[in-house]
Amino acid sequence: MKWLFLVIAIVIILIVILYNYLVRLNIRCKNAWSQIDNQLKRRADLIPNLVEVTKGYASYESKVLADVVNARNQANTMSDKAKNSEKVSEQLNKLLMLSENYPDLKANEIFKNLQIELTGTEDKIAFARQFYNDTVQHYNTAITVFPNNIMAKMMNYTEKEYFKVNDDEREVVKVEL
Amino acid sequence: MILRDVRRNKIKTGLIITLFFVFITLLVYFLSLFLFDSVYIAALIGIIFASVSAFVSYYNSDKMILHINGAREATREEFLQLNVSLEALCISAGLPLPRLYVMDTPALNAFATGRNPEHAVVCVTTGLLNKLDKYELEGVLAHELSHIKNYDILVSTIAIVMVGFVSIISDIFSRSLIYGSSRDNDNKAGAVLMLIGLVFIILSPIFATLLKLAISRNREYLADASAVQIARNKEGLINALQKLETENEPIEVNKATESLFIVNPLKGKEKDSLWSTHPSTSNRIERLQKIQ
Repeated sequence: MKWLFLVIAIVIILIVILYNYLVRLNIRCKNAWSQIDNQLKRRADLIPNLVEVTKGYASYESKVLADVVNARNQANTMSDKAKNSEKVSEQLNKLLMLSENYPDLKANEIFKNLQIELTGTEDKIAFARQFYNDTVQHYNTAITVFPNNIMAKMMNYTEKEYFKVNDDEREVVKVEL
Repeated sequence: MILRDVRRNKIKTGLIITLFFVFITLLVYFLSLFLFDSVYIAALIGIIFASVSAFVSYYNSDKMILHINGAREATREEFLQLNVSLEALCISAGLPLPRLYVMDTPALNAFATGRNPEHAVVCVTTGLLNKLDKYELEGVLAHELSHIKNYDILVSTIAIVMVGFVSIISDIFSRSLIYGSSRDNDNKAGAVLMLIGLVFIILSPIFATLLKLAISRNREYLADASAVQIARNKEGLINALQKLETENEPIEVNKATESLFIVNPLKGKEKDSLWSTHPSTSNRIERLQKIQ
């Protein structure tokens, strides 16, 4: 009888430990995601300023960038968000590169600061994405192995999506020979 | 790997603090023994004095080190690129944002101090900001962040402040020993002072050696390696080290703090020897190039 209690106690303790472990991993994923989200928001806040400053120089590119940023709100799945983010990055880089052709834009103090902030935000997004994907990989492995998978199923924990463009969704570039 | 380093560094710090505590307690005990006649009062004063000085040094060591090196805060308005780079690297390293300081000098150098990642400081010279490009600067910052991450900053900061404390007292005593010996003092007091002075003169270099042993040179290689991991770019750090080696000049910094810096601030070029605080830059570059 005594032994039975002991076994039950140990099993309960193990379940509690496992539960806490999975909850902690889940929270870590959420935190990692909020880091990316913060930087995406920060970038979206900065871009209108950039559009304003560069309007007189590269009006077409500024307009395209503004449109791309507005399209951001329609994304729902993680890979859509990643795809969107990549598009914004691409357009943003184009606009920042254009400044090479306009010496007085390049010398503009506001533009210079925006350029530093925006390239920094791009770096931060890249680092945060790496951090998030590492965290998610850890989480996904943890909820798949036995016996965690039983626990995870009871807790309704499912695999999380990586923040990257899925390979099959990448547009195929046609090369004409 | 990092967790093991962190544990080892915490143990080292514990040892240094214990040694410091015992040493100061004994010193003040003997001093007050000759002022008061009670053993208990003397022991109490010794313990109180040692606790207070250990406590103050532990919680204020980073401020002391910034102060003696004349560093000032690097605001976001004045040093935008530096702040932005540090923020990005902190995301990569998974560290909270340390406070950022600059030293106004044309020399190229940087150091980190503090007692844990939540109370950490990164300090760079303005010369470094002028001479290095963005990637090189990020390499240097990542190197400092890895010192923060594995608690190297704790050991070296505490060692510097506590050993500095002992060597200041030792200075005072050895001076009073030299100048005081000619005067005709009360015999008992003179003898005690002379004894304490002698003990300090013997112990002071032992403490200084201890400091160098506590801060192993190997940690520079380790920090270089994890800096590459944090910045995800090794060329930056390699180029930065090359510039630090060829275009550098010595700075007037406090001798005790030399081991904190990314490269030795006092000498230009140096070879590896048993007593140098830093591995030679060429060895560091060679090891960096071997990564992957």
